Amino acid sequence: MSNTLELLALTVNGEPMQVPPGTTLAGLIARLELDTRKVAVERNLEIVPRSTYGAVALSAGDALEIVHFIGGG
Amino acid sequence: MDGMTQTGDTWTVAGRTFSSRLVVGTGKYKDLPTTAAAIEASGAEMVTVAVRRVNLSDRNAPMLQDYVSPQHYTYLPNTAGCFTADEAVRTLRLAREAGGWNLVKLEVLGPPPLLYPDMAATLLAAEALIKDGFEVMVYCSDDPVAAKRLEDMGCVAIMPLGAPIGSGLGVQNPLMIQSIIENAKVPVLVDAGVGTAWDAAFAMELGCDAVLVNSAIALADDPVLMARAMKAGVEAGRFAFRAGRIPRKGFASASSPMTGLIR
Repeated sequence: MSNTLELLALTVNGEPMQVPPGTTLAGLIARLELDTRKVAVERNLEIVPRSTYGAVALSAGDALEIVHFIGGG
Repeated sequence: MDGMTQTGDTWTVAGRTFSSRLVVGTGKYKDLPTTAAAIEASGAEMVTVAVRRVNLSDRNAPMLQDYVSPQHYTYLPNTAGCFTADEAVRTLRLAREAGGWNLVKLEVLGPPPLLYPDMAATLLAAEALIKDGFEVMVYCSDDPVAAKRLEDMGCVAIMPLGAPIGSGLGVQNPLMIQSIIENAKVPVLVDAGVGTAWDAAFAMELGCDAVLVNSAIALADDPVLMARAMKAGVEAGRFAFRAGRIPRKGFASASSPMTGLIR
C-alpha cells in the first residue's frame, strides 16, 4: 500500500528544497540543524516571530529567507 | 582625579550609555579569533554586524556570536549592501527578530566606486524604520542640511562619513563635520574613512561623540596592535577636545621667560 505524499517544494535562501507535507518551520529549522536562537526567518516577505515557528505549517511555493549575523562594518 | 571623574566622560545614545568612544565593525578580518582579539583590544562596547543568509551548505561554520558575544557587546546591526530603502527596511526587520534589538545602523549606499550615502533613499528608509519602532543611527553624507533633517525626523545618532568606506583617507571635510556636530542635539559619530590612529584622534578633536572604525583595524598588518592604537587615538583626541586647544597664530610666542636673561 502506497502512502507516498507529494513533497512540498519550497525556496530556502534562493535554493529549491523539498519537505514532507505538514512540516512546520520549527521542523525545517531542525532538519537544517540550525540554532533557532541565532537565526531569523522571513516567509514570503513577512517576518515570522520566533515564538511561532512550531505553529507555522509550510506550504508549497513558500519562499523563505533564513539569516544570521556575520561580521560587518 | 578619582576613578569616577576619569571614567565619567560617557556618551549616551537612545538611553544606552557607553564609556568607550570607539565603535568597531566586525567585518573583513581574516578569521573570527582575530576579530575577537582585536575587538577586545579596542575596548569597544558597541560593534556593528551584518545580516546575511545562513550558508545552508556549510552549517557548521563558526558563527560570529560564538566569538563576539552579544551579551558582552552591544550589537548594532547594519544594512551594508543595501542599495534601496526597501532592502534596508527588510534587512533590519530580520535583524530585530534575530537579536531582539531596536537600535540599528541604517546605511543606504550609492554605486561603486564611492559607495557614497544615497541620501534620498536614506531619508525614505529612516522614515519607515522610525515609524516601525526602530532607533536609527544613520550613516550619511557630510551634509549639515541632510544631517539636520535626519535628526528632526527622529534619528538617534548622526553618522557622517569622514571619507569613502574603507578608503583610509581620514576626515576629508572637517568644516562640514564640525558644522554637523555644532548643530546636532543627538550624538554625532564619524563613520567610515579612518585610516590610522591620527584620523580617529582628529575626528574626536573636532568634537564628535564617537568614531566608528572597521577596515583600518581589520586590514592592518597587526589588527590587535592597530585596535590598541585606535583606542589610544580616540582617547587622545577626546582629551584634547575637552582640554581646549590653543588658537592658531601666525607668529611665535616664546615658551621661556624673556626676563632675567644673563648679560
